Amino acid sequence: MDIFLQQIINGIVLGSVYALVALGYTMVYGILGLINFAHGEVVMIGAMVALAVINALSGTALPGPVIVLLGLMVAMPTCMALGYGIERIAYRPLRHAPRLAALITAIGVSIVLQNSAMIIWGRQYITFPPLLPSKPHFVAGAAISDLQIFIVLLAALIMVGLLFLVHRTRLGRAMRATAQNAEVAGLMGVNINTIISITFIVGSALAAVAGLMVSGYYGLAHYYMGFSLGLKAFTAAVLGGIGNLGGAMLGGLLLGIIESLGAGYIGQLTGGFLGSNYQDVFAFFVLILVLVFRPSGLLGERIAERA
Amino acid sequence: MNLLEVRDLKVSYGGINAVKGIDLDVGEGELVALIGSNGAGKSTTLKAICGLLLHVGGEVRYQGNSIKRLPSYQLVRRGMALIPEGRGIFGRLTVEENLEMGAYCRASYKNELEHVYGLFPRLKERRVQTAGTLSGGEQQMLAIGRGLMSRPKLLLLDEPSMGLAPLMVSKIFETILSIAREGVTLLLVEQNAKLALEACHKAYVMDGGLIILSGPARELLGNPRVREAYLGE
Repeated sequence: MDIFLQQIINGIVLGSVYALVALGYTMVYGILGLINFAHGEVVMIGAMVALAVINALSGTALPGPVIVLLGLMVAMPTCMALGYGIERIAYRPLRHAPRLAALITAIGVSIVLQNSAMIIWGRQYITFPPLLPSKPHFVAGAAISDLQIFIVLLAALIMVGLLFLVHRTRLGRAMRATAQNAEVAGLMGVNINTIISITFIVGSALAAVAGLMVSGYYGLAHYYMGFSLGLKAFTAAVLGGIGNLGGAMLGGLLLGIIESLGAGYIGQLTGGFLGSNYQDVFAFFVLILVLVFRPSGLLGERIAERA
Repeated sequence: MNLLEVRDLKVSYGGINAVKGIDLDVGEGELVALIGSNGAGKSTTLKAICGLLLHVGGEVRYQGNSIKRLPSYQLVRRGMALIPEGRGIFGRLTVEENLEMGAYCRASYKNELEHVYGLFPRLKERRVQTAGTLSGGEQQMLAIGRGLMSRPKLLLLDEPSMGLAPLMVSKIFETILSIAREGVTLLLVEQNAKLALEACHKAYVMDGGLIILSGPARELLGNPRVREAYLGE
């Protein structure tokens, strides 16, 4: 089996999920200048809610894909409501407070969500029942499953939809205007609070999809999963240039590929000293490199606005 | 009835009283100037009228109704538009997207777009360019064009001549006069007192947060105090 091709495929799948989560970070950052550290936990809640529904229905006669879809249809509105609520309750009262206050609040929200999930679903891993076909296809010596193909296609579709929303609709125009100058956008008649709410709701909907994807892909979910996933997606957003939608997509894919290749080759590179369980190291190594050498990210060059 | 009435407007930021109780009237169809030196409180007055500031005392009425507690995004629906100081264009949006933002509250804006492009053919040439790449004068045209896209009854202009070359300043003022001739009521904040007084019907002179003089612009042009303090004579 061709390790290189296999790891590229795995990386693209993983990267698609990172990209969906990274978009949530970058959209909120673009509009509020806030790093919503609770976003990873929204992904976790999405996975947990979807799995709760899926496990409840998995004994019934419904076909597997329908059950998974029902799980998503419950998880998505739940996350959207959660995202809206987080902004409304935790961030809006701090809109004019120093940035550090909002950042600490984001960490606080994240702890609250994590602990709530632990109380509701317990500390154990929750497994994803085998509802989806997992027979792999072989392409040039590398295996790829239907689920993997589906994840990549769905993520691509969602990203195209998001780009269309942001760049081709009146709402998207208002979002971009608000991101650049909220006060002036308000003078144009844009209700800034509505735009901010919509941004959180859209980002959280993507988080729900990503949560389901990642739990389906790894076959499990856990109350703690949002932390490292969130941190990696944040890294992806910074890598691409935070605040930039295309950057989040590119950063997500690149990070997924770097991580997979790293995990695939780390054993060989270190003569067996480090194993693939060190795969998380790569994301943070990338984060450090980006912060040192290109803090604005790959696509994050800001056009200086003339006075 | 006046379109805009300001009564005993007071604004303070962080313990500093920037505006200390002023009265202002802008009648329908009038072109009114608010002049004064840097830091006199002119821009603060405009911002307070538009609901952009907290801690505002006094009363602001538009078409007879108080608008003091109204969030700024509702003003444009009522026919009021502010062209902010420093132009406030959206630099990463295209010229046309900036204009479309001006018409955010309108269902259709084809005629308005044609009207603005007629007024500023330069903007039409650059419609797909990002607005941040425009020159200062073009950005001011864009800011004015964007303000007109909502078809305002009352247009508030904050320092339209700031940072522009003399030729561009006179072009901008010509445009302001033609907008006024179309029946739009204008309140113009300007540091360039001479230009403003020559263009407007009525003017208020502001200093230290207070209105120190007001009256027909022609009279103020002849006022020795104005000539000495603001016209550099």
